[in-house]
Amino acid sequence: MFPFSFEWAWDMSHYVFHGGLWYALAIIGLGMTYCIGKAVIDTIQGKGGGHH
Amino acid sequence: MDDSALIPKGVKRCPFRQFALWIGIAGIVLLWGVYAMFLCWFKGLNQTNMNDAYGFALWIWADLAVIAVGGGAFFSGFLRYLVGKDELKNIINYAVLIGFICYSSALLILAIDVGQPLRAWFIFWHANVHSMLTEVAFCLSCYFAVLTIEYIPLILENRQINKVPFFHNLAHNMHEIMAIFAATGAFLSFFHQGSLGGVAGVLFGRPFSYREGVLIWPWAFFLFTWSAAAYGPCFTILITKITEVITGKKLVKDNVIELLAKISGWMIITYTAAKLIDTIYWAAVTAPSMGFTIDHFFGTSIYGIWILGAELILGGIAPGLILISEKGRKSPFGLWVAVIFGVIGVSLNRWVMVLQTMAVPVLPFEEWYLYIPSWQEVATTVLPVAYGVILIMISYRYMPIFPQEQELNPID
Repeated sequence: MFPFSFEWAWDMSHYVFHGGLWYALAIIGLGMTYCIGKAVIDTIQGKGGGHH
Repeated sequence: MDDSALIPKGVKRCPFRQFALWIGIAGIVLLWGVYAMFLCWFKGLNQTNMNDAYGFALWIWADLAVIAVGGGAFFSGFLRYLVGKDELKNIINYAVLIGFICYSSALLILAIDVGQPLRAWFIFWHANVHSMLTEVAFCLSCYFAVLTIEYIPLILENRQINKVPFFHNLAHNMHEIMAIFAATGAFLSFFHQGSLGGVAGVLFGRPFSYREGVLIWPWAFFLFTWSAAAYGPCFTILITKITEVITGKKLVKDNVIELLAKISGWMIITYTAAKLIDTIYWAAVTAPSMGFTIDHFFGTSIYGIWILGAELILGGIAPGLILISEKGRKSPFGLWVAVIFGVIGVSLNRWVMVLQTMAVPVLPFEEWYLYIPSWQEVATTVLPVAYGVILIMISYRYMPIFPQEQELNPID
């Protein structure tokens, strides 16, 4: 649910529940975007020859 | 068929034919569960023995139990990445795999239980922000995403996949910021484990599970989180030990197991002390204030007072004392007994909080209401076990799950 949904109410319950959800999703999303983006750049730069 | 090119270097695995045979056996059990799952989806929840008295039944118990024992993943991650217990790096992969299986199983069971899985997204879009279960759904889904992120690098480290530079780099980058994901996972786990206890704890119409608390959180909220952190590592140790017996190999060094066992032991002892205080207060103050005595809640042979004793003594004090004692946790027999009793203890706790809560009469004209699950409920509850066995077999065979395996089992 987003603030523009008709069910949304500007109260503490919505701030806490949805704030927590978006916060967690943002960390997961940004973290994975960073990992994938950096992997693309690293690969273009020729890093990672198959040895770990 | 020869799959040796996919097997990690420096370790030995059984012939592919033997592996395929066991996958097939587990697969038959899996198919039985899948058949029952489709029956529930196509014919509806009339396939179960749930009714107006038992809206929560075997599935919800299984959900709560696998989430509790799957807590080993978040607590091991917390200890490894945030507290800095570096030795746990040798068991964290397996803890993550076990957690991934437990949480995906919980979501699968819920997908059957909601009856209309295509509407599962409603809980996010039309969220009831006054429900503990909404918080559980949010955190459970997000934490499953975290566990998937923690599991992906293991897949990418497969010998062949890792040869692809992009996958190699991706696995490396994910490892680099894993502490952030682990911290997010610990945060999410704290809340959803607690809210599962909160669901039972706020039921003031069900005085068996109702508890007082602080602000909006009943004491059951904190006890559930505490117990998951305490008993989750027990389950990780138990599955590790079972894997060692089946493979005939030592996979994790004793000092790693002993460290996890010791931490688990202290968590169990402190949890059991808190649970005892909670139970005494509930029996002496909370329940009488609602017009009940403790005898009322333990009135049948199935739900006799023995069940409370078994949970607190056999499932709490006994494993806790064994694990905090150096001699106890170093003894193979003692360790086996402690982790088995611990896992049974926490599962029993979830059982009474779900099933006994429903069975106890709450109105003067009501009788004890007992429930026996249908075969479809049993099959769909066994389904995740078969799925877990298959995923462990595949992961063990093709991924570097145990960093110490090569050192402990040198190949001539």
